[in-house]
Amino acid sequence: MVTESDIEHIAELADIGISRDEVPEFTTQFNAILDYFEVLDTVQGESAPAAGIINVFREDEPRPCLPQEAALANAGSTEDGFIKAPRVM
Amino acid sequence: MKTIVGLEIHVQLATTTKLFCGCSTDYRDDEPNTHCCPICLGLPGALPRLNRKAVEYGLRVAKALDMEVPEDSEFARKNYFYPDLPKAYQVTQYDKPLAVAGTVEIEDDEGHEKIVRITRVHLEEDPGRLVHVAGGSKYSLVDYNRSGIPLLEIVTEPDMRSPQEARRFLNKLRTILEYLGVFDGDREGSLRVDANISLEGSQRVEVKNISSYKGVEKALTFEVTRQKNLLRRGQTVTRETRHFMEGRGITTSARSKEEEHDYRYFPEPDLRPLRVAEWVAAIDLPELPVARKNRFMQQYGISLNHARTLTGDPKLADFYEEVAGVDPVLAATWVSDTLLGELNYRDMSIAAVPPGRIAELLGLLRSETITDKAGVQVLREMLDACAAGKPCEMPAAIVKREGLGKATGGEFTPIVQAVIAANPQAVEDYRIGKKGALNFLVGQVMKETRGRADPRELGRIVSGCIETGGV
Amino acid sequence: MAGTLKFSPDDRYNAFITTCREAPFGDGALGGTAIAVKDNISTAGIRTTCASRILESYVPPYDAHVVGLLRREGAAIVGKTNMDEFGMGTTTETSAFGPTRNPVDPERVPGGSSGGSAAAVAAGLVPMALGTDTGGSIRCPAAFCGIVGLKPTYGRVSRYGLIAYANSLEQIGPMARTVEDVSRLMSVIAKYDFHDSTMLDRPYDHRPTADIAGLRVGVPEEYFGEGVDPRVAETVRDAIGVLEGLGASTVPVSIPGMRHALAAYYVICTSEASSNLARFDGVRYGPAVDTRKTWHEAYQDLRQELFGKEVRRRIMLGTFALSAGYAGRYYAKAQVARRNIKEDFERAFREVDIIAGPTMPTVAFRLGEKTDPLSMYLSDILTVPANLAGVPAISVPCGRVDGLPVGFQLMGRQFEDERVVDAAFAYEQEVRR
Repeated sequence: MVTESDIEHIAELADIGISRDEVPEFTTQFNAILDYFEVLDTVQGESAPAAGIINVFREDEPRPCLPQEAALANAGSTEDGFIKAPRVM
Repeated sequence: MKTIVGLEIHVQLATTTKLFCGCSTDYRDDEPNTHCCPICLGLPGALPRLNRKAVEYGLRVAKALDMEVPEDSEFARKNYFYPDLPKAYQVTQYDKPLAVAGTVEIEDDEGHEKIVRITRVHLEEDPGRLVHVAGGSKYSLVDYNRSGIPLLEIVTEPDMRSPQEARRFLNKLRTILEYLGVFDGDREGSLRVDANISLEGSQRVEVKNISSYKGVEKALTFEVTRQKNLLRRGQTVTRETRHFMEGRGITTSARSKEEEHDYRYFPEPDLRPLRVAEWVAAIDLPELPVARKNRFMQQYGISLNHARTLTGDPKLADFYEEVAGVDPVLAATWVSDTLLGELNYRDMSIAAVPPGRIAELLGLLRSETITDKAGVQVLREMLDACAAGKPCEMPAAIVKREGLGKATGGEFTPIVQAVIAANPQAVEDYRIGKKGALNFLVGQVMKETRGRADPRELGRIVSGCIETGGV
Repeated sequence: MAGTLKFSPDDRYNAFITTCREAPFGDGALGGTAIAVKDNISTAGIRTTCASRILESYVPPYDAHVVGLLRREGAAIVGKTNMDEFGMGTTTETSAFGPTRNPVDPERVPGGSSGGSAAAVAAGLVPMALGTDTGGSIRCPAAFCGIVGLKPTYGRVSRYGLIAYANSLEQIGPMARTVEDVSRLMSVIAKYDFHDSTMLDRPYDHRPTADIAGLRVGVPEEYFGEGVDPRVAETVRDAIGVLEGLGASTVPVSIPGMRHALAAYYVICTSEASSNLARFDGVRYGPAVDTRKTWHEAYQDLRQELFGKEVRRRIMLGTFALSAGYAGRYYAKAQVARRNIKEDFERAFREVDIIAGPTMPTVAFRLGEKTDPLSMYLSDILTVPANLAGVPAISVPCGRVDGLPVGFQLMGRQFEDERVVDAAFAYEQEVRR
């Protein structure tokens, strides 16, 4: 069971805004889904070490970079070749 | 009260390209966002491809620190939001690091050898760089040139007992990394440290993101004092993360929501696991600092102190070996005592000094063609020329141009005689046994000869003149 | 002969998000052929939205590997097709650009998430299209729209440039009206790409053959049980009968791990998605984030506004499944369940060459019929096992129920995409006669 405050915490962790009236709806849906996920409690066995393809590399050889205009082209706002981001305090 | 220090060191590996893409790592003098591609910008749909060299460098370090390389290793995503992190996760290693359980030998505060245990080393990508706009601006600016530079994170056990030990450990580690050729310590920001520090029985404090060697000792010294003061006042130390303000030499609390992280690690599905334990046997390590120090003492007959100084930087050690041939002991003294001081004074690197010229200078000193004092003058002229980017003159040419060649006894007889004649009181004092008077007279002659004379030889000449009544 | 293809379709089913009115083409295996590309596959110079407002104006500076291969073989990329936002859906109703309708019955959904690609092909707007399949997103709309769709073996087609939803599960694959065209398109896109570390160099270069005499077809009881419309089950059993008529034998098999499949799938895909979609913060691309706010606040507001509800729900589910205290119960268990299912398939494939069953438990839903997320998820039960096991799976039309197409799903061993194509081809050729 998750509670409404769990839902708010998860939204916070995921950096996803959630409006107050969505919280009960999300909580109900989550609980229905998590009820269904309970079947995983019956899974037998341990996780095995990874198999399959291993050791995939590239050599340390330079390849061309994007021109600055292309690197900045999709950014919402830029300044002197930098990309603008919200402040961190 | 015992101080307990553990370190997490982030080292930029000196590869040519980034960890997961072919962008060049040589970005420091370039415009922002010019060393980027879809991969290191975290553009939708881009996929990482691991740089083999970074893995090799990591394993070289693992071997040098005598670490165990587990059979399986893998990359994981560390999920958190920060504007410098283009994918909102850092590709790093979590429960399957590249190597575990190693050691580094350092000297403790009493000068005894001690072991600092290394918990693990792992590979990860550097985030971009945030530039905070001055003047209380409301936003930050991001440059992703640094994004994706390969980092080796080296984590120690809490085995250091003072800020000084921590500094010695870092110096030692840096030397080893430079010897291994995996790291360029001259690059700004190429080594960053998070330090955990506690006083025995108290809570642990983490000081984040210290970006210089000296900073580590300063930050830790500040913390020891701060924590001791808290306890003295009957308060307790809070378990927290603090930031080091390099300019002010203090740490400040980073109290904020970001502290309670839940990184939600899981294996990076876009990369395949590593199985590289068997590569280790094939790695040829270069001679490491301890071995080289011992060899220097044995092969060149130089002192422990000189050997330690000279092997503290592989470039310096190489330089010494190039000039040692003339007279290893003389060379050790000149390189570690004189040359290093002059370089520090000029903020120059040993790489800028032509060893051939220094060897010539040592030759002049050994043949007593010039005095030590004139030698220093010649050295300074050469270094000034190098620092100014001018061609470095031959020492012999400087000696000739400046007339610094050691004068022979006969040359100064007239000067000696003149000095004796001009200082009857000092001569009298010498005659009645005042030793200081001779030094005074020699000094007067030295002044007149501009250091070209050997003071000991001058002393003999002056006393001879006085005693034989040569006046 | 290089040139420009004029393309101005009557897009009455809302199959396209973006169309290219003048699409350049060149020479090659697909010279001059109009191809539609799902809008989560990067196309240099053509906006790529994932049907999300958060990428509304995003124009990639690079081509996905498969797009480069299409261009190299002369294809004309005529448009980007509608889809569930970021691939998260089974109906193409969660698109920020409005739902796509099913050309067979416009009151029905086309299936999803590659609903736009399926509808474009079914409506005859293009002969072929690329879709992507994370848990059935190629096969479901192929089944619902009555066309053919192949989910290749994991690691056979490069994911470079595919905007990731769930990296460990998804593949790009071909969709067309015939098995032969699916195979043709597969031959172009299944070529090794250095950028994708999860890929093997096993190019697909195959012309389908209809000779399946001696083929052993596994029939898993789990694919015909509870929740499967009995009329759909019967239609598919008839299709299996057709294969037997062509000389194949049938063997009952079992995939006991199926009971965990859907839960494991949703835990894994939402976990990976929660991480993949964290980068959409309006800094490097997408509508500009408000830089006057502090970053958490700015990100939260932007992501609330520009992600649809299902996307937010799945991101939050995945965040929860990976979070401290729950990762062991959800993410870790799901990985074990996944391995068990993979082993179930390996065991079954020691006795049979192909596993056959329905693609979807029902025919296409009415638009707006599925409102509850869990009931929507449950309809993926027959498609997710192939993604969890990484095996190839094709859906080929096999008749109708209530006038709506039913998909016949054929799954094969890893890297035996050729064999599932041949089996589907044999069936298609036989019923077409």
